[in-house]
Amino acid sequence: MHIAEGFLPPAHAIGWTLAAAPFVAHGARAVVREVREHPESTLLLGAAGAFTFVLSAVKLPSVTGSSSHPTGTGAGAVLFRPPVMALLGTVVLLFQALLLAHGGLTTLGANAFSMAVVGPWVGYGAYRLTRRLGGGLLPGVFAAMALADLATYVTTALQLAWAHPDAATGFPGAAAKFLGVFALTQVPLAVGEGLLGVLLFRALLANARPDLERLGVVAPQPEEAR
Amino acid sequence: MSRRRLVTVLLVLGVVALFAVPLALDRGRSDYSGTDSQVTAVVEQGDPDYRPWFSSVFTPSSSEVESGLFALQAALGGGVLGYVLGRLRGRRLAERARADGDRAGPAREDGAT
Repeated sequence: MHIAEGFLPPAHAIGWTLAAAPFVAHGARAVVREVREHPESTLLLGAAGAFTFVLSAVKLPSVTGSSSHPTGTGAGAVLFRPPVMALLGTVVLLFQALLLAHGGLTTLGANAFSMAVVGPWVGYGAYRLTRRLGGGLLPGVFAAMALADLATYVTTALQLAWAHPDAATGFPGAAAKFLGVFALTQVPLAVGEGLLGVLLFRALLANARPDLERLGVVAPQPEEAR
Repeated sequence: MSRRRLVTVLLVLGVVALFAVPLALDRGRSDYSGTDSQVTAVVEQGDPDYRPWFSSVFTPSSSEVESGLFALQAALGGGVLGYVLGRLRGRRLAERARADGDRAGPAREDGAT
């Protein structure tokens, strides 16, 4: 769940917009370059964008008695590296801000920073770390999806705490309150998102192995093993 | 059932259980309100002097309309995702059929001679 329209003071709104803008611009260039140099990537780029589109539309119940939605940004970060998701995630946020009154235009910068920048990068880091430690593709995807999701909401909670420190306890008190709402609710959702990511990549492994090899996600296999 | 298919079924069941079990255990005690509206309430309580200074350019007129738009978003994403996976699968099956055809062709000629 994103920060609602108007709920960041103007200075924060402008600051986060300025912070997110270069990432989104760089991401837009990364998408254009990928499509121009590898037109065969267009299908998988569409899949990565569509995955985020579906997952961020579905509000799921959590054990905490509240509901929230996953982000789905980890899949694209694993396939195409995080910059691509900076654009795709922001497109999703813009759609929701304009049509659904979910999130907002004044908070678009802050929400893009958490969902389209921090989430994909943390997810990608978790993926690389898992692979470095000898984990396979699917455990790596699980870690990427789950941690991209969690990191997004932890960032949102901290952004809110910074903008609205508690009257008595200041930033730490407010952070604890916002994390209590966002991060706790998100834990089962992050696990579910990790499982959905594994399902997606199993489908891709079965049907698009050559693309995954070209993107360097799986090692090329000898012909007879396919 | 092949092992591959079994794993897929177990993964799907795992996702369903993850969200169905809390609902079943809860027995209607929680209203499952969105965390974004809960956070809005926390801001209003912890920072009572804060006034949101901008409102959404367009707000769905009822929760039904809003659900419909969320469903539209999911349908768009699901549609594109299904299209891509279907095309990838079709492409693989076509390639396999072509490879089988290449292999079957010379073999039949061998049989004829």
